[in-house]
Amino acid sequence: MTTTFQGYRRSDGRVGVRNHVLVLPSVMCANHVVDRIGRAVPEVVTVTHPTGCAQVGVDFEQTKHTMAGFAANPNVAAVLVVGLGCETNESKALAQEIAARGQRVEVIGIHETGNTTETIARGVEIARELVRQAAAHVRTTCSLAELVLGTECGGSDGFSGITANPALGHAADRLVDAGGTVILAEVPELVGAEHLLAARASAPVAAKLYELIERVEARARAMRVDIRTGNPAPGNIAGGISTLEEKSLGAAYKGGSTQLREVVEYAERPTQRGLVVMDTPGQDIEQLTGMVAGGAQIVVFTTGRGTPTGSPIAPVVKVATNSDLFARMRENMDIDAGTIVGGTRTLEEVGDEIFAWIVEAANGRETAAEVLGFRDFAINRIGPSF
Amino acid sequence: MPTGFLGMPLSLDGAALRLKDDDDVAVALRPLEAGVPVRFPDAEIVPLVTIPTGHKIALRAVAAGTLVHKYGQAIGRASAPIAPGEHVHVHNVEGVRGRGDLVEAPR
Repeated sequence: MTTTFQGYRRSDGRVGVRNHVLVLPSVMCANHVVDRIGRAVPEVVTVTHPTGCAQVGVDFEQTKHTMAGFAANPNVAAVLVVGLGCETNESKALAQEIAARGQRVEVIGIHETGNTTETIARGVEIARELVRQAAAHVRTTCSLAELVLGTECGGSDGFSGITANPALGHAADRLVDAGGTVILAEVPELVGAEHLLAARASAPVAAKLYELIERVEARARAMRVDIRTGNPAPGNIAGGISTLEEKSLGAAYKGGSTQLREVVEYAERPTQRGLVVMDTPGQDIEQLTGMVAGGAQIVVFTTGRGTPTGSPIAPVVKVATNSDLFARMRENMDIDAGTIVGGTRTLEEVGDEIFAWIVEAANGRETAAEVLGFRDFAINRIGPSF
Repeated sequence: MPTGFLGMPLSLDGAALRLKDDDDVAVALRPLEAGVPVRFPDAEIVPLVTIPTGHKIALRAVAAGTLVHKYGQAIGRASAPIAPGEHVHVHNVEGVRGRGDLVEAPR
């Protein structure tokens, strides 16, 4: 029985499964400089985004905390923050919040450095030095109990709830049994299945779960819309899913069957081990970013229609719900759960393959999304730009 | 009888899956041709139309306005009368949850 993997132990005690140097703009005005640093130093990973200025209140706080949590994910060895100099999300304050989470961080500002070209040149120097330092980190033996697994389904179809999601649930149960943590998210896609999760939770945890569900339905009421106009999406409906409740019941299988230990906010780091629900939207990239910002080192993503998503800093293991998709998008897929319907493998066997893939990804095996170079990143906004 | 996964009974010919015994619908594991019977251990159902892969077939009649069950849970309510063998989808079942469109306009 596997209980360990080879990972990077960080100064705060957490364990990474990758050793990335991340270059992060504090504001969209620094995106170009970040992109050019990434082209000059291909060993770093870069992200760009349309946030960081003209934001207020809880919306700004969530954006900043998400960036800080993402940058402090243990898959990242060091961070270079690039700011402009006049933005709401001040680059030095962001760097301080990243450092407070125990992460190695450098920061430069475009106004302070001079101009675009000078900032790119300075950023390239710093990035090369961070890459050199990161190379000194080596993998050591770590417990599977250190792993935080994000679970996600996107582009669901009529098979999601009977093949890939229950198989992922089996793998999730195995990780929880090994002492690890599993994040179940996309709360709009738990509407209609929340009572099944609440039945496996303490009263306060169940109450928090019901509160998140009510937030979703209150938004639909405030907007006077049927959630079904956007979720299930057209592809879900083409794949046989008729209602939000039906999608949710299939989606909830991903988390497995263990007790629900905690409910956390978007991008918040769980304090409990075991099964945790995180408040994210069903929008795939915002969900992915939130879970990774909350500390998930690995994500398993099931898809029936063929969602190609991958994170810049975390391996995303892609599971096809049906064998047609697996054949059609073979380069994007890691595991074929359609074999369950084909009768060649049991649900438990596919679940065991997912679990084995999680361990291999933790040891360094690259997933399809990593090989293809996906760097999807999006922060969930909870207020308008001003 | 073929063994289903998650303890769910597969239909005898493996063409459709009924997830829980009391469900109103089964999932087509491959296209179910109109008029070709699908056999379950305790029932037989004739598709009235061809049911696409991954879509649902009604196993029994469901009256308009009553709940439709899959996974042993309510997935919505019938928005039109559903006959055994019918394709069950957005044309005859609607969600009950997240229905902000049903909120009454302020007076």
